[in-house]
Amino acid sequence: MNVQSWTFLLVAASFALYIGIAVWSRASSTKEFYVAGGGVSPLANGMATAADWMSAASFISMAGLISFMGYDGSVYLMGWTGGYVLLALRLAPYLRKYGAFTVPDFVGDRYYSQVARIVAVVCAIFISFTYVAGQMRGVGIVFGRFLEVDVNTGVMIGMAIVFFYAVLGGMKGITYTQVAQYCVLMFAYLVPAIFLSILITGNPIPQFGLGGIEQSSGVALLERLDGLHRELGFAPYTGGTKSTLDVFFITAALMVGTAGLPHVIIRFYTVPRVRDARISAGWALLFISFLYTTAPAVAVFARTNLIDSVQDVPYESVPEWFTNWEATGLLSFEDANGDGRIQYVGPESSMTNELTVDPDIMVLANPEIANLPAWVIGLVAAGGLAAALSTAAGLLLVISSAVSHDLLKRGLKPDITDKQELLAARVAAGVAVLIAGYFGINPPGFVAQVVAFAFGLAASSFFPAIVLGIFSKRTTREGAILGMISGITFTAAYIVFFKFVRPELNVAEHWWFGISPEGIGTLGMMLNFAVTVVVSRFTPPPPPQVQVLIELIRVPRGAGEAHELSA
Amino acid sequence: MADPKPDGGAPERPSVTDPETVARHAEYWRRNVRYLGILISIWFVVSYGFGIILADALNAFKIPGTGYPLGFWFAQQGSIYVFVILIFVYVWLMNRLDREFQVDEGGQS
Repeated sequence: MNVQSWTFLLVAASFALYIGIAVWSRASSTKEFYVAGGGVSPLANGMATAADWMSAASFISMAGLISFMGYDGSVYLMGWTGGYVLLALRLAPYLRKYGAFTVPDFVGDRYYSQVARIVAVVCAIFISFTYVAGQMRGVGIVFGRFLEVDVNTGVMIGMAIVFFYAVLGGMKGITYTQVAQYCVLMFAYLVPAIFLSILITGNPIPQFGLGGIEQSSGVALLERLDGLHRELGFAPYTGGTKSTLDVFFITAALMVGTAGLPHVIIRFYTVPRVRDARISAGWALLFISFLYTTAPAVAVFARTNLIDSVQDVPYESVPEWFTNWEATGLLSFEDANGDGRIQYVGPESSMTNELTVDPDIMVLANPEIANLPAWVIGLVAAGGLAAALSTAAGLLLVISSAVSHDLLKRGLKPDITDKQELLAARVAAGVAVLIAGYFGINPPGFVAQVVAFAFGLAASSFFPAIVLGIFSKRTTREGAILGMISGITFTAAYIVFFKFVRPELNVAEHWWFGISPEGIGTLGMMLNFAVTVVVSRFTPPPPPQVQVLIELIRVPRGAGEAHELSA
Repeated sequence: MADPKPDGGAPERPSVTDPETVARHAEYWRRNVRYLGILISIWFVVSYGFGIILADALNAFKIPGTGYPLGFWFAQQGSIYVFVILIFVYVWLMNRLDREFQVDEGGQS
């Protein structure tokens, strides 16, 4: 069988599996729809959280980005895993004990204020929409390249699948499809990585292969790559070019942002007990770490393979994958010096670079570059789709519950019945799928950038409000509201200024303290913390029932099931 | 409809007004915060310390028997392993602490 038949077969089989699970796990109450009935086992929740978390960006883009950024790519590796330590230690157990359905639920009750609730709803919806549009782009890329269907058709197929299980099954359907999607995406990521590791270093474990000896040259792989980089005028792979301060701030923004993302936080409402919330954060990070420690190895394998297979090769005799990806426009060659050969060189080289490669294609093209069997290439396509769809579904649930639960039930129409609320949740999820699909088909030029900024926004809004809400009884409504507003406004303004208003000024010398827009969420978070603490000192303390509520959150006993509290 | 409100009183919910319970919970919380302080410090040192601030200096050393420069290894491998271990250590510490202070959920079946 050829690559395309394998891809069709594997993608169709995985889709059939997801639909089967969705039919089996329909939701019949709001509690099943929002928190899967609160009875998910910690291990299953860990897997579901891992799939929820690892998006098209983790699966398709990350190794490619690291491949081109070298050491600087560490911001993603540490940033997107370290947040789980914060989540497990400072948020998950307490939020589980509190037992709400959504993040704005907690913020609204803890800060005894509808204004705080609305601010949180707006932040949650904004963060989730920017994120979901990026997932749809990932679906489009996979369909466009491997199934040779039109990108729009691809997005529509993806929408139909997500619509089916998110609208029907709610959190319950999503949880069990995510468990399946985790298995598919992890298998699809590890198989080619192991193949490549054996081919290049002779060691089947990519994490060891990365630190191993390249068999063809007998030199340590990383040393050989640093050498190639020097030769071709790139910065050394293990050294990086960003300033230490900027790396620090970007990593912190991604870490804290992870801990503040609503679609991750709500996963911890689905387990029965506080201790389950703690351990499921551990399982989640363990499952995530399989991919995140493999990614830097894939990045180095891909980088070495790419340089070896194109540098100074006559354009006439390029391999087939090169021509295939050229057709998508994501890889392009311009023969600047007219010698008919590809010069792939860095900024410090005396020659002109003639090859442009979009980092997004590296993971998908890697198996082809290394001549792996056709079924492995099909598997990677199915894995990429699993990653994109699982994250999209989790985000859509946040949007739908923000509308039906936080806006309707806890806001505008408190008297609606459970049945009506469930219907509203389904309609909201349906509408959200359509909007996400629209952005997938007509991506606004800034989607890819905005996805990265969603983290800065989450870091500068939710994280301080939730942490202080648990760890400081003195934090008041006024403090939290002003803190959230000042944090997210400052962060958004800095990003909008440098990315959209005056993009020509977006270089290190114009940045405040040399912090790039990607890392500014960390400063926004500090501002939020400072404003919240100072304002809280000068405003009346929270009412006694809120102080009792905080006491209750702090001890595990008596968590019971996810329920609604009224403070 | 919604589940019972907390004040409406699930019977097993412990009272937080009884002075003995208040003192016990306060001590439990102090211990919890101390564990957090220690674990978060380790978290900070391996990632921001070894992986970022000291990365260039540590890159002068290689992990014996491999091609990994030490700072690079911490940034792209080691810190992630430590994160996973930290969470499992925290889970173990807290489960023990919950039992010691009788606030665990296992005892109430």
